[in-house]
Order: sequence, then C-alpha cells, then structure tokens
Amino acid sequence: MNIKDQGTRPIVTEQDIVLARQACRKLAQDCGLRLVAQTKLVTAVSELARNMLVYGGGGDLHWEILEDGLRKGIRIIFHDEGPGIADLQLAMTDGWTSGNGLGLGLTGAKRLVNEFDIETAPGQGTRISITQWS
Amino acid sequence: MNFFPDETGRMSQFDQSITDALIEQQSSIQAAWLATLEESGAVRGVRADELKKQTADFLKLFSEGVVESGGDYWGANGWAGTREFLEALSHSRALQGLDAQQTATFVFSLKRPLFDLLQRETSVPPASLVTQITLVSELLDMMGLHTVRTFQKARESVIKRQQEELLELSTPVVKLWDGVLALPMIGTLDSQRTQVVMESLLQRIVDTGSDIAIIDITGVPTVDTLVAQHLLKTVTAIRLMGADCIISGVRPQIAQTIVHLGLDLEGIVTKANLADAFALALRRSGLTVTKAS
Repeated sequence: MNIKDQGTRPIVTEQDIVLARQACRKLAQDCGLRLVAQTKLVTAVSELARNMLVYGGGGDLHWEILEDGLRKGIRIIFHDEGPGIADLQLAMTDGWTSGNGLGLGLTGAKRLVNEFDIETAPGQGTRISITQWS
Repeated sequence: MNFFPDETGRMSQFDQSITDALIEQQSSIQAAWLATLEESGAVRGVRADELKKQTADFLKLFSEGVVESGGDYWGANGWAGTREFLEALSHSRALQGLDAQQTATFVFSLKRPLFDLLQRETSVPPASLVTQITLVSELLDMMGLHTVRTFQKARESVIKRQQEELLELSTPVVKLWDGVLALPMIGTLDSQRTQVVMESLLQRIVDTGSDIAIIDITGVPTVDTLVAQHLLKTVTAIRLMGADCIISGVRPQIAQTIVHLGLDLEGIVTKANLADAFALALRRSGLTVTKAS
C-alpha cells in the first residue's frame, strides 16, 4: 500500500470544519469515490472534525491518498491534544453524549466509513483514523 | 520610528548627488523599472499605458518625497503624496483581481533600478554607499508593506460586503400557496446562520398563519448530526405552533448517509423533491390540481 499524496490542515474554528469538508469532498472526487461514498466520508469528516473542535479543543486533520493495487482510497487522521476519552466503550454507544449533541457522531462516523480506528486515553488526547476505499 | 540614526543622532539622509541623480535620471530609472516589472510577471492584466503613467507618477512622487523629507522615515509628512498614491494603486489592483504579491511587486521591483543608480554614482564614498543602499531598501520595504496592508483592507471590505449580502440572500421564506410556506436552505447549516433562518421561518408562519412549512434541503451538501439536530428542533418548534412540516430534497446519497449515521427521523414527513412535498401539502389542504380542459 502506497501513500501517493498527503497533507495536514488545522481545525481550530467552526469555519475550518466547513473548509475541511470541502477539501475532503474534492480529494474524494479526485480519488474516484462514488457519490454515496463521497457523501459518507464527508459526513464522517464533519462529525469527527466537530468532535475534535468541541471536545478536544481543536487539533489537526491529516489526509493521505492511498493506493493499494487497483483500488484507491483516502485516509483521514484526526489528532487532538485534548482531555481524551475516559470510557471509550460508553462513548461508542449510540445516543450517549457528554455534551448536548445527539450522541451519534462517533458511532455514526464509524458506520459511514470502511475502516475506523481510535486511540485515546485520559489526558493523552485522541487520535482517530478513518479510511474510505473506492 | 528612528531607522538609522548616525553618531549625532540625526536620521541618515540621502546624499545630495543621489537626490540629484534621482531627479535627472527619472526616465532611465523608469525604463529599467518597467523591464523588471515585465520580467516579474506582476503586471499581467494592467494596460501598458496605464502602467507607464503609474510608474512615472510614482517616481515623481518618490523623488519629491526624497527632496522634501531628505530621506527621512516613511511616516514623515514628505511622504504623504506617495502614501496616497500607493493606497489608490492598491485599491485599483484589488478591484482588478490581482493578488497581494503582484501588487507589492510593483514597489519591490524598483529596488534593483535604484541600487543600480546608487552604484553608478561613483562620487558617493563607499562607506556612505552602504548606508544609502540600506536607506533605499528600508524605505521601499515600508512602502511595499504599506501597499500590502492597504490591499488587504480593500479585499477585506469586499469580503465583508459579500458576507452581508449572503446573509440577506440566505433567508428567503417563500409563500407557495395560501397556508403553504417553503424555505429553500442553501449551503452550510451548522453556523450562526441556521438560527437566523429558522427564526425567520417561525416568524413567517405566525405572520401568514400558514399550516404547512416545507424545508427544502436540496442545497445543503452535508447532513450530519448537527444539521439533523437543527432540523429536528425546528420541526418540533413548528409543530408546537400548530403547523406541519415537510422536509424535501432528501437525495439518495443523503438518505443513505442518514441511515448509516443512525439518525431517527421517524415521525417527520420527508420527500425526495420540492414538487412532491408541494403536492402533498396541497392534498393535505384539500386542494387538487387538475388539467384545464
């Protein structure tokens, strides 16, 4: 599996989420993702970027264009230095929220993409990686 | 601002011979400058005669500034004319759609012709030459920065105006029929804007006494949990006011995304497009559309 291209953009304001969504949509289009896969990825990016901003106090979005044989994919890594998640099992429960959202962002994002990986510990920040293949 | 005070504490000044040369050799400096500008590609889209006039005007103001201020710092009164000229230039460049770099290059590209001029003036002692070069360089830097700052301000005012226009554009609650309102949502829903849009919809429902409100999300590219939350809250508020709400413009990819996200929109009437929603609204109002025979 090769990384063909990559980049990083900061998420520190609400506006950055909008821009990140647009950038990811463009990347997904260039990757040849179908419309449904594009929309799912962009929606997941929107959820996770907002989580990072609201609960993690902002962080970085790192994207990679992947090539694995014939299929192409896009991986997006969200990394913040926030408080981390104390009870991951609870956080990955539908409808549970520590804020005032619907409690579907994290679990929903997981269902929207092909691969989902989360690393977090209290006080250690959070790192979420999602991948969508064409 | 005290740039280069010498031992006596006075500002460094331009050598008299330099000042004279600046005035005498204006046309050759202009020619060299125009060549540098052309080379840099910073003047694409600016008419040649316009550029010629701009460079000539600037050199005239520049030498006047040197004479009046004696090469004194940029904030001095002697530079007022130059400042005004650069501000006007920035504005016109911003309107012409040139970028900040291209605008600033107008000033910075004058450095080389002026340095060449200083080098040609052999009457200036070498020790003093360094001071003179620094002085010219510093002066042009300040001018360049002033240009960029003005340019940025001009652009910001354009953006601000556009934002205001956009906010006005983004809240069109339209009446489709007696008792049927429609709100075509366009763009991003997760900002302050949503609040404004929803408030104006609720207000219009009261004002017009409508029974049915259609929220069309065809123009919303991403429906995530926050957008859904806004929609759910609005639907609830509309119902509390005794009216009904239909959400239209749910495209196939949005529908699939909503399913995967696990959003529960049960109990909310949704339609794929505005026409279907309108037809339903008419039916509910007891109206039918028939072909005139």
